[in-house]
Amino acid sequence: MNRSSLSRVLFIGYVTLVLLFLVLPVLIVIPMSFSDSRFLSFPPPGYSLRWYDAFFSSNGWMSAAKTSLIAAISTALIATPVGVAAAYGLNASTHWSVRYLKLLLLLPLIVPIIIVAAGVFLSYAMTGLLHSLPGLIMADVMLALPYVITAVAAGLQGFDNSQEMVARSLGMNRFRAFMVVVLPQIKPSVITGAIFAFIQALDETMVALFIAGGQNQTLTVRMFTALRDEIDPTIAAISTLLTATSFAMVMLVAMARQRATA
Amino acid sequence: MKETTLPNPGLQAMPKDNSARFQRREHHLMLALLMPALLIVTLLLIVPLGWMIAQSFQVDGSFSLEHYERVLTDGVYWRTFGLTFRISFIVTLAALLLGYPLAYAATVLPRRWSLMILALVIVPFWTSVLVRAYAWLILLQRSGVINQTLMGLGLTDAPLALVHNEFGTIVATVHILLPFMVLPLYATMQKIPRDLMLAGSSLGGSPMHIFWRVFFPLSLSGVLAGMTLVFVLCLGFYITPELMGGGRTVMASMLVSRNIQLYVEWGAASAVSVVLLLMVVTIFYLVSRLVSMERILGVK
Repeated sequence: MNRSSLSRVLFIGYVTLVLLFLVLPVLIVIPMSFSDSRFLSFPPPGYSLRWYDAFFSSNGWMSAAKTSLIAAISTALIATPVGVAAAYGLNASTHWSVRYLKLLLLLPLIVPIIIVAAGVFLSYAMTGLLHSLPGLIMADVMLALPYVITAVAAGLQGFDNSQEMVARSLGMNRFRAFMVVVLPQIKPSVITGAIFAFIQALDETMVALFIAGGQNQTLTVRMFTALRDEIDPTIAAISTLLTATSFAMVMLVAMARQRATA
Repeated sequence: MKETTLPNPGLQAMPKDNSARFQRREHHLMLALLMPALLIVTLLLIVPLGWMIAQSFQVDGSFSLEHYERVLTDGVYWRTFGLTFRISFIVTLAALLLGYPLAYAATVLPRRWSLMILALVIVPFWTSVLVRAYAWLILLQRSGVINQTLMGLGLTDAPLALVHNEFGTIVATVHILLPFMVLPLYATMQKIPRDLMLAGSSLGGSPMHIFWRVFFPLSLSGVLAGMTLVFVLCLGFYITPELMGGGRTVMASMLVSRNIQLYVEWGAASAVSVVLLLMVVTIFYLVSRLVSMERILGVK
């Protein structure tokens, strides 16, 4: 074997190992969730659905799952229109302030999440929004906005602006021109943004740890507390369900993109 | 459509019109569109941040530098910031060593393979941080897969302590942050023209030589973007060190949370937050002079 093909084999081998490092930990949770044992030995001694049963028959887990789902859906429904409007405004304006406003809107990504959490906790403690569902959703919307704005801004950049101008010069008002001409063409990036917002809210843990509680505890906060105490296999079942949800969402994004290029 | 045939008063205000009045109206419309988003960020982030900055300079309602004095002189705070920096450095370096070849492979391999690599990077990216921390707890625990394998191979007699310490924290953090390294790297590498490498090899350069003299220098802006993102995210990490560190690996974010939740010490928590935020802003500012901010944050 000559030197260059040897280095090629080494390179491919290294890349394969890194990919295994990335993917195996996510996959190993799946067989664990079907184990019939309390102990997390691998491979599981036998298979059963007892941990899924434990999840679906527990009032605590079910109410947490419900809170998380309501929060994630509401976040997607609110953050998407707000984010689309903001992205459109940022894209269409040539004013000098736009650069700074954009930075301001990306701030939730730049500020370390622990500080965001402390800040939200503080403002909710003063306004009585702690442990409330609207408070949780509002915080999730703030954290989701940068994702929606980035996704939609990318879509708008690829859109030929003169089409909107034509529609308007033919007499459509701005809103109608946007709804009829612009929106259908940037639909894939809007869908992507909405899905990002949904996953972000479903997975959000840090802020919820500070502000969610009582009736409105989220799934991830409950998981976090459970993980600190003991490694209960019920969490493997929940993890599998969460991973499946994320995977389905990533597939939806891929499909939305695919249809856009086809 | 009916509207298209009607004369429209708005027609005079088409973008051709560059009068100051039109510009101003246009700007107000754009501000109105941005308003809901700006309002949410201002109320939930900017205002409380301002309050925290004010708190950090106060003791019992009057101006004082006591909190900062404590952060800068107390050994506990120094050790915590030192550990936070050390872990962030190790994680960033490890992510670069693992991520660069991955991004390179996704760039140079045939499309089928590169799509697969990207998919394998993106799926864990969108998997909950908690799920991944949990997976590593299972893998690294005393009776976990890795210890079983090591003992089966006869590499160790007793199970190693791989988790509830700094090692476990670093492994899980690298795993969680690796996509933040790979994605900006890939975005940069993809833009490097292949012709350059072809030209290099037609001039007789060896593949190694071309990589180091042509490809690598052109990928440096991606390296910088990825390293910044991973380092800054790691500085503020909380969930993973809390779960994987076993209470001994105390990072800066945990100082903030403990000061608030255990001691209700807003002054101390705010001072730590301000120091942490200053570090992050400084790093972003310095790097943004070399690579655009959008490029660093354009991931996900």
